[in-house]
Amino acid sequence: MPIEKFDLSVSPHIRAKDDAQSIMWWFAFSLVFPSVGAVYFFGFKALILIVVTTLSAVASEAAFQWFAKKPITISDGSAAVTGILLALIVPSTLPLWMAVIGATVAVVLVKGFFGGMGFNIFNPALAARAILLASWPVAMTFWVRPFDAVTTATPLYLVNKLHQAVPNYLDLFIGNRAGSLGETSILMILIAAAFLFWKKIIDWPAPTAYIGSVAFFTLLLGHDPIFSVLSGGLMFGAFFMATDYVTCPVTTKGRFVFGLGCGILTVLIRYFGGFPEGVNYSILIMNMMTPIIDKYAWPKLYGGKKNG
Amino acid sequence: MKTFAYGIHLDKYCKGATEGKPIKEIPPPKRVILPLQMNLGCPCDPLVKVGDEVAEGQKIADSSKFISAPIHASISGKVVKIEKLPNPCGFDVDAVVIEGQEETSHQSQVTSKKLVEEQAPEEIRKIVREAGIVGMGGAAFPTHVKITPPKDKKIDTIIINGCECEPYITADHRIMLERAEDIVFGARAIAKACGAQRIIIGIEDNKKDAAGKLKKLEIQILKTKYPQGGEKQLIKAILNREVPSGGLPLDIGVVVQNVGTCVAIAEAIKFGAPLIKRVVTVTGSGVKEPQNLIVRIGTTFEEVIAQSGGLTEDAAKLIMGGPMMGLALSSLDVPVVKATTCILVLNRKDAKIYEEQNCIRCGRCIKACPIGLLPNFLADFSKLKDWDKAEEYHVADCIECGCCSYVCPSRIYLVQYFKVAKKELQTRKAVCR
Repeated sequence: MPIEKFDLSVSPHIRAKDDAQSIMWWFAFSLVFPSVGAVYFFGFKALILIVVTTLSAVASEAAFQWFAKKPITISDGSAAVTGILLALIVPSTLPLWMAVIGATVAVVLVKGFFGGMGFNIFNPALAARAILLASWPVAMTFWVRPFDAVTTATPLYLVNKLHQAVPNYLDLFIGNRAGSLGETSILMILIAAAFLFWKKIIDWPAPTAYIGSVAFFTLLLGHDPIFSVLSGGLMFGAFFMATDYVTCPVTTKGRFVFGLGCGILTVLIRYFGGFPEGVNYSILIMNMMTPIIDKYAWPKLYGGKKNG
Repeated sequence: MKTFAYGIHLDKYCKGATEGKPIKEIPPPKRVILPLQMNLGCPCDPLVKVGDEVAEGQKIADSSKFISAPIHASISGKVVKIEKLPNPCGFDVDAVVIEGQEETSHQSQVTSKKLVEEQAPEEIRKIVREAGIVGMGGAAFPTHVKITPPKDKKIDTIIINGCECEPYITADHRIMLERAEDIVFGARAIAKACGAQRIIIGIEDNKKDAAGKLKKLEIQILKTKYPQGGEKQLIKAILNREVPSGGLPLDIGVVVQNVGTCVAIAEAIKFGAPLIKRVVTVTGSGVKEPQNLIVRIGTTFEEVIAQSGGLTEDAAKLIMGGPMMGLALSSLDVPVVKATTCILVLNRKDAKIYEEQNCIRCGRCIKACPIGLLPNFLADFSKLKDWDKAEEYHVADCIECGCCSYVCPSRIYLVQYFKVAKKELQTRKAVCR
């Protein structure tokens, strides 16, 4: 016999192909679609912004882990994803140094300080965006029109706060409107989302409940539900933020409740709050609710014993 | 097509190497090692001592306890040793070592009564017990216990398990193709013993050829999905009944038996043959000639592997059972026991070593769990030794199928944490009592 001692390990002895790293890099890959859209509509500036946030997120993660004497885990892709996501939810005109601060805050303050990958309470990119918005409110709401870069307001602000007419749906769908880099082109978001669904990386409950409830409650308030879905950061938030593994509930039921909660909060902020858009805060607030949702939204137990 | 909720579709089933190969009997070995416990429940006490001559089929160990099954000599010869030897069952028991003698030819049988099917239920149970039959699907629970329903429990359906949902293993598939008559005979004997009217055989749709051979029974084709052959999942898929948490299939009027067990019962009733052989699939990328073999209980793995062309140069992992629930063993110096469905050897490429990472809360384990548990949280509780919380989250209902660990992208050995938690809770209960 060629071998006397064999490997010992507990079962199972085979594993599925997908690992955390591959999932993260596929997720990063999907973000190429909205990124391409951003560069197309907002120009080379958008590309620079994406590259800067990504590099600074990765670099700050490496620096933090080195400083904290922890294993350096930049190859797992999570810092890169946070960096790209952050770029896609800020205006194209954001000064680069603010973007660097945002990326560092996301990776170090929101994730690293809470224990790193898997332990953060808030979505790092969204929390960083909220911090940027509080710190530099003017720079964070300085919107320009695609192509000609003329200063303007977002459609949500124009329609809901200034009561202007709803713009052409096709323009909104393609992304020909003012807004954050990645949120404007619904088309590109849907392509990326389709890819993620196909790779079974994200699942339906949270996005469906989120988008559905926004449309439903908007209609209930007597506003245009199609406009409500096509404008603002709803689509981007629903597919890329409300599906974040770490900061959202783990069960199907829980994810549905999470999406529903986000939808209700978004509509409340849009129509009754001071801000034109509420996706960012809705998801952050629901992030706080995640542990309690996890505690009650259990799957059905085989054998009929009462759950929960 | 019928199936159960959740569970997983495996990337590959790897059954191609052996599913087309007829079962072949290997010659009796010169030496057998028979651990004194090969069943779930209580160990046996030896009935022989060192130096005794024993005949093939002679009972060499038995127990007065109900949940136990006697053990028989699988070759004729002389008892040379009764001592603790490595065994693959995980029980801390002595083993009887028998060395064969060339000239022996006496073939005395314990119960050589030839019985027809129209035997009284008690008689069938007695034969099954005396033949030392245990569940042949790998769990090795004494069969006579399973077919002795308490008076207040009415059994209406017998389910014959022909799913064989573990990758690589093809023993049951071959048994269904080659021993259909005996499966039907055994199944009817079980139904008789339990007083059940209905017999259904569940077969996954990747083994439809086997279904063609078993037309005498009511056949239910099931989706190929893991763990379709789990008792609870099988009952749910076929009858849409759920075994209550903490209960047994008996509680909902069902008894499940594996096809191999049916054949063993048929042999015991027809020929008075005790359980001294079983079908073992020898396969994997580390074996030169994968095949399905009839092996005497107590034959060492080394002998079985030698009969299968030996190991490849890069053989790296030895597993008894399938890759999902099987047990990794450190050496070939262990005997085939009643629970050995498969000897699987993986080469270096297939035997990957995985390192645990942080849970990313993707929820895949929850979607995979056929019981509806929350494996991610259970693992946390187990790591924190918070056994109360683990109990509250129903860890005791875990069937240890391994679906959660299989899908986990962070490669966490989830099911292992639950085994630990279950053991702790059992110990605690035993101490408190």
